[in-house]
Amino acid sequence: MKHLLIATALAALAAGAAQAQTVRMGTEGAYPPYNYIDDAGQVAGFERELGDELCKRAGLTCEWVTNDWDSIIPNLVSGNYDTIMAGMSITDERDEVIDFTQNYTQPDPSAYLAKAGAEVDFAGGVIAAQTGTIQASHVASSGATLLEFATPEETIGAVRNGEADAVLADRAYLEPIAAEDAELDFVGEDVLIGGGVGMGLRESDAELKEKFNAAIQSMKDDGSLNALITKWEIGATF
Amino acid sequence: MSCWDTIADYALRSVGVGERLLPRSDFTLCQQVTLIGSGMIWNIYFGLLALLSGFFLATALAMAKAAHSPLLRKPAEWFIFVFRGSPLFIQFFFAYFLFLSLKNVYPVFSPLTSAWLGALVVLFLNTSAYSAEIFHGAMLSIPKGDVEAADAYGMSGWPRFRRIIWPTMLRLAWPAYTNEAIFLFHATALVFFSGFPATQQMGDALYYANYFADKTFNPFVPYPILAVYFILLTLSVIGIFGIVNRRLNRHLPQAARARIRLRPMLVR
Amino acid sequence: MFPYCSDPNAISGLTWLSCYLTTGKHTSLYLSFLTVLVLLAITAPVALVFGFGGATAARSRFAPLSWLGKGYIGIVRGVPDIAFFLFFVIALDQAFEYLRHKIKCPDWDQPIRQGNDFVVCAAAKLPLGDAPQWVHETYGFFLAVLTFSIIFGAFAANVLYGAMQAVPRAQIETAEAYGMSHGQSFRRILVPQMWVYALPGLSNLWMVLIKATPLLFLLGVEDIVYWARELGGTKTPKFTDYPHEDWRMWYFGALLVFYLVFTRVSEVVLARVMRRLTHGQATMGGEAQRKAAA
Repeated sequence: MKHLLIATALAALAAGAAQAQTVRMGTEGAYPPYNYIDDAGQVAGFERELGDELCKRAGLTCEWVTNDWDSIIPNLVSGNYDTIMAGMSITDERDEVIDFTQNYTQPDPSAYLAKAGAEVDFAGGVIAAQTGTIQASHVASSGATLLEFATPEETIGAVRNGEADAVLADRAYLEPIAAEDAELDFVGEDVLIGGGVGMGLRESDAELKEKFNAAIQSMKDDGSLNALITKWEIGATF
Repeated sequence: MSCWDTIADYALRSVGVGERLLPRSDFTLCQQVTLIGSGMIWNIYFGLLALLSGFFLATALAMAKAAHSPLLRKPAEWFIFVFRGSPLFIQFFFAYFLFLSLKNVYPVFSPLTSAWLGALVVLFLNTSAYSAEIFHGAMLSIPKGDVEAADAYGMSGWPRFRRIIWPTMLRLAWPAYTNEAIFLFHATALVFFSGFPATQQMGDALYYANYFADKTFNPFVPYPILAVYFILLTLSVIGIFGIVNRRLNRHLPQAARARIRLRPMLVR
Repeated sequence: MFPYCSDPNAISGLTWLSCYLTTGKHTSLYLSFLTVLVLLAITAPVALVFGFGGATAARSRFAPLSWLGKGYIGIVRGVPDIAFFLFFVIALDQAFEYLRHKIKCPDWDQPIRQGNDFVVCAAAKLPLGDAPQWVHETYGFFLAVLTFSIIFGAFAANVLYGAMQAVPRAQIETAEAYGMSHGQSFRRILVPQMWVYALPGLSNLWMVLIKATPLLFLLGVEDIVYWARELGGTKTPKFTDYPHEDWRMWYFGALLVFYLVFTRVSEVVLARVMRRLTHGQATMGGEAQRKAAA
């Protein structure tokens, strides 16, 4: 009798697992080119294309969800979605709480963007960064005055209106802005922080992690990942 | 590192005194309690100053709204309507933009773009509008007999206002004004969250709670700590306002005092 | 939307604007106005129910129930709503899933808390993992309504508690003299009369509720402020067909107008309700109406 019960439970579990093949992908939707909301109101960008391809290769159905950056990890561990693809750099402190797949971008350089022709004092000036990013931690420990904003958009605004001398953010994010706005230009040298961007998953989801790891590897192997990186101008290829 | 060291390092961190770097790993409960408590300095600063300064503008606005001359009445009505009718969130946004452009024209205004002054100005205007509405409502419900009695004594103008109208108005408005004070202190949590940038990681209690939630990825510790701090703050506000209320009503018989407190008045 | 919108770079002026304002993204903005209105329409009565329950409990002669009611009012009123929103929804969601897990998967042998992870069996997930996106959104919306209701229920309870106390003692005594039981006098005398005392407080609460909606995004509901910020931000030509500078000023201006109009309409409606409720009541307002009619 007991065996029968366990068998039924296992069958139910297996059925549940087979059902739960819809993977919910969490993202921020405010960090082009990694992810943003397009004119039609859909999630778009490098990670959207990459994620869809990964899901296809892993044989999963994927659904995109947007979530505020501040609570993106608590909502993952709480099970509101299953993965994070939000330009999230792999860091030790994040790795303690969630798991990462292998990185799907090279360790991306962060860069300082300032008004064209401005002299910026990186150790003593006022540097803007988005709250809760690796760049914010970097500025806090560099000696410069850190000015924190809730969204990336506001950090750029702070440089435009002179509140901050420069903004520190992922180079890939700043690149299109610098190209568009003649008043803004890169200053100083790039800073290497973080270990590249990876997909975040719950630590208990080892199986899903393996699937995505394999899918990322296959995209690295056949060069399709490099093609995407070049297309979206994310940075160095593999 | 013992908890005392942590307190020595971080108790005044929110105003820039002590350790420059925030804790970055091995977060202890002591660190969270200390830093979030340190942030409360800003909440109390904003709340207290806005309340004290707002009290005077609110009285003036309430008088203006009750005035016969439309030159006084209309601006006061519009001021109250705009500030009561829109979310504080949007007020912060517009104020920040306005202060930035002011600063670009006249450098004198540059402190306005930092939270300590800019956010204070917004909170001051906001609480003035809400309090003015409360005071105005109370002024309308001043018993007719009180004013007539003042007239009979030959009082008019300033003495009548200072000795009869103003104290009665305060007495009637006090329960609702207590609520307004509580809401104002709660509203101070929005300053760094959506209004003004935090410099050098000096922020209010919510800023630090947010910092810890972000670093430990566990919202269930820092936010309840924040909640406890705010409950204590709310209780102190209720306590202090209760003392003032007793003083305002000290001439009334015991039963009447109790009745006034239980009147459901305007809340914000 | 319109046929001429296929190449936005070729058009300008009003034509451009008509295309710009009808993109899918803007439709989301317009829909989110509806979301906010629906949320308010559902939250208000539910919060009133919570408030009524809280106030009745606080007045209870059974001490533990009275403590419960007073504790609910005191604690929830003492905490800024924003602090609640930041952790309460996740807690609520986990509590529901935990309960379902206990009922649906009694044979589960793994711990629910694995490190930081909160893991329940697939059948207990809310909504189920394979549910379509709209179910997830509806569930998130439902959680937001519940959170708003619990918070504003505490404020409503405070107002109603005061209103129940404000009903003249003589009215209850008369009811008792007529031989009504405690429950009867509560239902027939106290509750019908308390609304006129409660309405000023409740209408202000409604105004506060309207102004708390910008915090909806913290609860995972994409509200008007979220879309205004998203649409208003600087757009570079690479990521959109409609590049523009920082237009948040205009979008937030539109929100400001929306909130002001909504407040004004609410004021007018509530004033009318107050006139209705005052009719025939033993208050100064009721007295004035009687005199005016006579």
